[in-house]
Amino acid sequence: MHPAFSVIFFTVASGAGFGLISLLFIADTFKLGGGFSREQLVIGGLVAMALIVFGLLSSTFHLANPKNAWRAFSRFRTSWLSREGVFAVVFMPLALIYLVCIWFDAPLWLRETFGFLTAMLAWITVFSTGMIYACLKTIRQWNTPLVPANYLALGYASGSLLLLLGAVYAGLDTTPYIAMSALIVSIAAVLKAIYYFWIRSPGLTPTINTATGLTRAKVKLLDTGHTHGTFLTQEFGFQIARQKAGLLKAVVFVLGFALPGLMLVWVFNQHGGQTAAIVAAFAGIAGAAVERWLFFAEARHVVNLYHGAQRC
Amino acid sequence: MRLGLVIDLDVCVGCHACAIACKEWNASGTIGPLSDYQPYGAEPSGVWFNRIRHYEMDEYPNNKTVNFPMSCMHCEDADCVTVCPTGASYKRAEDGIVLIDQDKCMGCNYCSWACPYGARELDRSSGTMKKCTLCVDRIYDQELPVEERQPSCVLTCPAHARMFGDFDDPDSAVSRTVRERGGFPLMPELNYNPTNQYLPPRRKPVIPVDPQPRGGLKESIKQFANKLVRR
Repeated sequence: MHPAFSVIFFTVASGAGFGLISLLFIADTFKLGGGFSREQLVIGGLVAMALIVFGLLSSTFHLANPKNAWRAFSRFRTSWLSREGVFAVVFMPLALIYLVCIWFDAPLWLRETFGFLTAMLAWITVFSTGMIYACLKTIRQWNTPLVPANYLALGYASGSLLLLLGAVYAGLDTTPYIAMSALIVSIAAVLKAIYYFWIRSPGLTPTINTATGLTRAKVKLLDTGHTHGTFLTQEFGFQIARQKAGLLKAVVFVLGFALPGLMLVWVFNQHGGQTAAIVAAFAGIAGAAVERWLFFAEARHVVNLYHGAQRC
Repeated sequence: MRLGLVIDLDVCVGCHACAIACKEWNASGTIGPLSDYQPYGAEPSGVWFNRIRHYEMDEYPNNKTVNFPMSCMHCEDADCVTVCPTGASYKRAEDGIVLIDQDKCMGCNYCSWACPYGARELDRSSGTMKKCTLCVDRIYDQELPVEERQPSCVLTCPAHARMFGDFDDPDSAVSRTVRERGGFPLMPELNYNPTNQYLPPRRKPVIPVDPQPRGGLKESIKQFANKLVRR
């Protein structure tokens, strides 16, 4: 698949935003590390919402006809893309009410209710983002429950590193935030490792034989029938060299998981403090971006069978 | 009604006439135009509803070239329709034709990701997705003589490799042909239940190929000289 940068930015930024606000709710409920002040919570919430809004806006850049984008809310019953849009829009007022509750010291039950609903909607929206890809039977690397799991885990991992950065700047006791980040980042790393292991073997997938129905003999492409590239080759023809993919997987694990993990240790041991937390957050998000690019680059659509691939 | 095409892989000669006829009709059809990019330039490309690929099955000396026209299969379980967030893609209840409402499409490409057959192509000039309409603006046209109320590709095929008809009617020509010739759908394992069916190449006797006759001394000198001379 052709990796579209607007979609990569959108999924990484909005994932981090949704993760941040969900974990902010947890930090607020349990007053982790002494608890953020009212202003700090609102600033954190606004940062999360800004990430989400910029992400959503950037996702419209890959549309060829954005003036019809408002119609994308209409097929909620069948389309995951539509569901994601609807949930993201439902999320916004809930998150705003939650922040308003914090700002004006609303009764605890009201604040907690809206906080919980915000976190729930954040979870559902990121799950829907993952399902946009996971529901496609045409791309075996995507058609697995590990995809929404990865989207959620990486979103929460990025969010937890941003929250840790906030806790360091706010001068809170960082231990609970470090523990939370360490746990979520490790889960994300393990899930990603399972995913990379899983997509290595093709399993039962369409082949050039089932694609052409000529199943009794070897089939090979003689001619694609087009002079230059087509929409299909531009959109689905992208192929990454196996070696490069392996290298980028190493980058994902070093940049996205190992380096933030090391920085957590530094923050814990009071080395560097703010700098270490900044490096952890940026490395985590950069790793997630590389992971997302690779997620698109490694996906092989079955239409490639008609362009000569023996299996996808 | 379940309208669709039958494509006979045994007789298709791979002339691309169906693709040209399709482009000619649909460029001014309901969801036209079908834009071309650099048609006379270095990298000609553009939107087509129908593309013909060429394959070789089996190996020498039992090999056979199979020409393979593909357009929208008008699937019964068309994921391209269910994934569409705007409702631009729809499948008509009355005849099963899958169409795209050009006024609703936002050009997100998602339907093309869901289609395993590569039937959908984005038109960069209009920013909307386009696909085979089964010449819906032709097959119901009361102004045309009855025999011409067929898709352009079917009418134009010089080898009569294409048939159009109703698969819900077990006695229609398409249903009978598919039954008699063992017609098959493409990639059935994905469960899209494509309406269009393909007829397999017939088995033909293998043409015996004699080994190369041995040339004399003159022939070997000639071959040696040919090897030396670099063109």
